[in-house]
Amino acid sequence: MNRRLLGLLALAAVPVLVVGVFFVLPVGGMLALGFWPDGDFAPGAALEVLTRSRTIRVLGFTLWSAAVATTVAVLLGLPAAYVLHRTSFPLRRVVRALLLVPFVLPTVVVGVAFRQLLGDAGPLGFLGLDGTPVAIVLGLVFFNVAVVIRVVGGAWEGLDTRAGQAAATLGASPVQVFRTVTLPALRPAVTSAATVVFLFCATAFGIVLTLGGTRYATIETEIYLLTVQVFDLSAAAALSVLQLVVVVALLVLAQRARVVAPVSRAPSRPRRLSRADGVPVAATLLVLAFVAIPIVSLVAGSLQVDGRWSLQNYAALGTTGDRDALQVTVTQALVNSLRTAVDATWMAVGTGLLVALVVTRRSRAPVERRVRGLLDGFFMLPLGVSAVTLGFGLLITLDQPPLDLRDSALLVPIAQALVALPLVVRTLVPVLGGIDDRQRQAAASLGAGPLRSVLTVDLPVLWKPLLAGAGFAFAVSLGEFGATSFLAREDFPTLPLVIFRLLGHPGELNYGMALAASVLLAATTAFVMLLVERLRVTSVGAF
Amino acid sequence: MKRLLTLLLPLALAGTGCSLISTGDGESAAPPPESGEMPGTVVLVTHESFNLPKRLVRQFEEESGLDLEVRASGDAGELTTKLAVTRDNPIGDVAFGVDNSFASRALEEDVFDRLGVTLPAGVEEYVVPADAGERLAPMDVGHVCVNVDTAWFAERDLDPPATLDDLADPAYEGLFVTPSALSSSPGLAFLLTTVAAYGEDWPGYWEDLLANDTLVVDGWSDAYYGDFTQGGEGGERPIVLSYDSSPAFTVPQGSDESSTAALLDTCFRQVEYAGVLAGAANPDGGRVLVEFLLSPAVQAALPESMYVFPVRDDVELPAEWAEHAEQPADPYVVDPAEIAANRDAWLQEWRDLVTR
Repeated sequence: MNRRLLGLLALAAVPVLVVGVFFVLPVGGMLALGFWPDGDFAPGAALEVLTRSRTIRVLGFTLWSAAVATTVAVLLGLPAAYVLHRTSFPLRRVVRALLLVPFVLPTVVVGVAFRQLLGDAGPLGFLGLDGTPVAIVLGLVFFNVAVVIRVVGGAWEGLDTRAGQAAATLGASPVQVFRTVTLPALRPAVTSAATVVFLFCATAFGIVLTLGGTRYATIETEIYLLTVQVFDLSAAAALSVLQLVVVVALLVLAQRARVVAPVSRAPSRPRRLSRADGVPVAATLLVLAFVAIPIVSLVAGSLQVDGRWSLQNYAALGTTGDRDALQVTVTQALVNSLRTAVDATWMAVGTGLLVALVVTRRSRAPVERRVRGLLDGFFMLPLGVSAVTLGFGLLITLDQPPLDLRDSALLVPIAQALVALPLVVRTLVPVLGGIDDRQRQAAASLGAGPLRSVLTVDLPVLWKPLLAGAGFAFAVSLGEFGATSFLAREDFPTLPLVIFRLLGHPGELNYGMALAASVLLAATTAFVMLLVERLRVTSVGAF
Repeated sequence: MKRLLTLLLPLALAGTGCSLISTGDGESAAPPPESGEMPGTVVLVTHESFNLPKRLVRQFEEESGLDLEVRASGDAGELTTKLAVTRDNPIGDVAFGVDNSFASRALEEDVFDRLGVTLPAGVEEYVVPADAGERLAPMDVGHVCVNVDTAWFAERDLDPPATLDDLADPAYEGLFVTPSALSSSPGLAFLLTTVAAYGEDWPGYWEDLLANDTLVVDGWSDAYYGDFTQGGEGGERPIVLSYDSSPAFTVPQGSDESSTAALLDTCFRQVEYAGVLAGAANPDGGRVLVEFLLSPAVQAALPESMYVFPVRDDVELPAEWAEHAEQPADPYVVDPAEIAANRDAWLQEWRDLVTR
């Protein structure tokens, strides 16, 4: 072991410990309960479930729906990333901020909006898509296309355009430039985004159930069913292991595809839109329409009471609902959400930055490279494993001093940070990995210490993606429902929990309030994203 | 605009209290009570629909000298699963909200201790037969019933359906929507309704229902708000699976008639239980809490706060409830032991029917 490797491991220790305690330990605990049912190792019961034809069908549908949704999200997201991050037009930042809104919308609200659109009586009813796998895929794309736009757009923004210009001068067509110059430079970012989207889709829960009715099951919905309804922990554990195997295989593949070559970066001014941008602009408009329609129907619904336009639903946000459906007012829940999100964000960004630095430093030996590769994949795992398994696992493993945390209010931001961590890492790694190590060597030979070299070489490039990652983490935390509903305490509910609760009670006012609260959640997210965009702009001056 | 945003950022951060790790712990920092015969804290774990009015929490804390800490999340199924996996180191002193479809699992897994609480009048009717109230004290009762949009049927001069058989009648084709038994607690209750009503023949009834274009959706909210004509979102179906209490919520402003009605011959009884957890840190405090939950004050508050009926027969219902939320006289019931023994098989068979 050389000193570099030791340094690497020391730097990695903190995030490894965090993920180890809050992810590996609980999931391991739940798996142990399944494989050692009465204290004795008895994997037979667990493995039996893997041979059921239903399991194979469910696995197939999970992989198919996630793969299709990821492909569509990338195909739609790439042109939108270009238009929104490389060209300039009025309200560009507002559009970018709004595109992240789907990320936080409650699935029930989106599900109702989608089904209104696709249902027999809806404007798109003639397509006959209601309750079909296509509807599920559309829902998954709706929630995830912003990930592609953000991650790829962030990398695209800082790309040096001179190589492309040179190719064009030499006679390459725009398509050739894109294919031979731009795309290879973007590949790490595209792969990163696609991996994250795939994992999100493969573990999606609410949207699959809402849009697919009862007909379609994924591994995630199946684990829930087996754990909570059937209480067959052995079968649930077997499916969790299956899920882990699939995720690990995917991560290995992704890592192969993500071979990072140094990319030359230079700040470039966004271009004005020109006629040559017709195709990407058209694709972007399609994405916008797709994202906007459910949101518009949500806003319209929130402004109606008894079929008339009214602000009554919004006025009710300061109350606890019809017949006190809630413990706290919606506005109080918003404050709870913001406070939790601040905590989740600094946790995710702090850990994510460490992880990104560790995995992108250039390796000098094969061992070192392998360790980095392992670490890189390790931090993606929380995205790919059932929230149900993790949730119950937290209860049975973090229950003894010194880690008696299951009653702690801290678990909520920690769980949210765990979900946000891979997004932060995937936003930072393509950019950090693209920095030519020779720049750092040059800095060192000019007498800069390691810290100075980080400040002058890494930080200027990292500043923007860091903010993008922070924005992402904030949005994840604002919208997170699964883990939060499992862990949150009744006196401190977040906004998505309050919306869920309102939707669980009959009464027109409660429903109207739920819609208004969803709009409030969406507006808050858009507003925070806009602030982040502002900061990104001021940072340009620092170059 | 730019300056405005720059000004607002610090404000926004200040608004969040710049929470670095202070998430909501402030409230629990109150000093322990000095008076009272039984100092300490009692922890109540429950599902997210639990709602005890603040004045009753205060009353409990003043009378007993205990601090009440409520931890509510998930639904009845999640709650029971949590209790089962943590039985060696329970997550609280008292659990509220295990219902009759999950009661047997809780009893089999030995998560509850002996209660030693005398049940008040009228409550024996609701105990789990195998337990006879020794571990699980009934707390409240509600019914899952088919609801109809009365106005919709009046407009069309059509008699609304009244029985389960009617739902399979071609006259009501394509009008009924119900949540899935796999992912929704009322959905499971409706499956149990049909098991109680048709016995072994329930799959045949479901075939008829599905042939009559019954829509099965994910959850109660999807069905009620997305597909029901009175749900506010332009739904298309005037018959929905909901609760006996739902009509009390659809009384339009300025009217004293509800626009929906529950079909009282289609109801399944859901009873919720509470008990002291085995190995609880404060079992004595837990018993005091269970007794308090059975007191007339709490029982009378149940309808308004949790949309369920009290199990005590000596408390009065709120006026609106007495008027609009009628309780079925003879609801369908399935023994929790039978549910526990067959739930998996029934669900699988149901799943195969619905997803065929």
